[in-house]
Amino acid sequence: MSVTTEQVESRVIETLASFGPDRSQITREATFEELDIDSLDLVELAQVVEDEYGVVLKGEDMKELRTVGDAIDLIVARAG
Amino acid sequence: MAPPRQTREVVVTGIGAVTPLGLGAATLHDRWAAGELGIVDGLAPCSAFDASEHLSLKESRRLDRFSQLAVVAADEAIAQAGWTGALPYDPTRVGCVIATGIGGQTTIESQVILMHERGERAVSPLGIPLYMPNAAAAAITIRHSLRGPSFGVVSACTSGAHAIGSAMRMIQYGDADAVVCGGAEASLTRFGIACFRSMQALSESGVSRPFDLRRDGFVMGEGAGVLVLEEREAARERGAEVLAELAGYGSTTDAHHITAPEPSGGPAARAIELALRDAGAAPEEVDYVNAHGTSTPLNDAAETAALKLALGEHARRVPISSTKSAIGHTLGAAGAVEAVATVRTLMTGVIAPTLGLEVPDPELDLDYVPGEARPLPPANGHRPLALSNSFAFGGHNVVLAIRRAAE
Repeated sequence: MSVTTEQVESRVIETLASFGPDRSQITREATFEELDIDSLDLVELAQVVEDEYGVVLKGEDMKELRTVGDAIDLIVARAG
Repeated sequence: MAPPRQTREVVVTGIGAVTPLGLGAATLHDRWAAGELGIVDGLAPCSAFDASEHLSLKESRRLDRFSQLAVVAADEAIAQAGWTGALPYDPTRVGCVIATGIGGQTTIESQVILMHERGERAVSPLGIPLYMPNAAAAAITIRHSLRGPSFGVVSACTSGAHAIGSAMRMIQYGDADAVVCGGAEASLTRFGIACFRSMQALSESGVSRPFDLRRDGFVMGEGAGVLVLEEREAARERGAEVLAELAGYGSTTDAHHITAPEPSGGPAARAIELALRDAGAAPEEVDYVNAHGTSTPLNDAAETAALKLALGEHARRVPISSTKSAIGHTLGAAGAVEAVATVRTLMTGVIAPTLGLEVPDPELDLDYVPGEARPLPPANGHRPLALSNSFAFGGHNVVLAIRRAAE
């Protein structure tokens, strides 16, 4: 099953918004630091991603992520 | 006994509470004194508490309910102490001790259910930071940048009182100049209630009526109580308003049975004696006792025996009332919530009654203040002094001696 970037983007933004940041601030360019998204949030995001797309993201994968777009691109690449 | 140490003195400069009677320390005592009950259908939840009114989405989903209650009670106490915005002390000199009997019960329960339904990989990475019993203490230190000693305390229904006593000693010994301390509990979950019901600790009738002949167990409550303690001279130098003095602390253990109190009341009486000695006060100076008064047959009898042993003839003269008659038993929070109520008693001069006490037990023959609130009796030659008793499953006994602030 292939997923589109749009589908992943929408799911990632929805999930991040449920962690606290204002939805309007969650853009591809926004950094996790700006959004106050920390390592525990990213582990929760990874759980959702694994459930939805079967993509397993480990700690070392997440460490490299700086922006929301980075996360979306990584998930799409792995799911593909 | 070892000779008393020369120690620094400790004052209370802020109090906060979230209880089944609502938000606020004054709300708790005023409504209780007016005879209002926080108990509905045999349980005492904090129905007026809405986390979203006090915490952001991010904050509230990072805190189990017990920590949420603690953070909101701490905000009130810290605001009253005048600390909001900037700490009046070097942050490394400000400690935080927040107790709980159980910790994040709601989180444990929901995560275990999730694990059974969807497997281990579905368990939240927030599970541990939510349910660890020190989570409330940690949350308050982060929120207010407190960098002195901090930890949680666990001793069932004496937890909150142990937290206050430990905080008091921390200041007296010189490890801190101020400590935010108290207790919180939120275990009104299906499993939490089932466990207490299974051991037949809960009231079948769903009524909390301490010291009444018909008492048949306690009513489970939830809540949080927090106090800001400061070293007296430091508080004076910064011009803080002193609400009360934390004058004495006594702590002993029954070493008798895991849940039943030692029936003679001896070890509990010893805790009362130690608290009075720590306060440098005679039994005759006690003007009010905020009883543990759970409404269980065994506690109320053992507590009565302990008061008679420790206070002698004066036990028959001193007014005694139970906060649990209004808000049930808030377990690990109780010692702190009731210390807050005791501070309010000394501040207002109003003793709230033991609600629901209508049929006296002939075996329990002290003055438990049935019916209406009454004024604190005039103190002869001393500043009014009150005791707050806490006794726990596990045989732990803690007594705090609290004195009205000097004029």
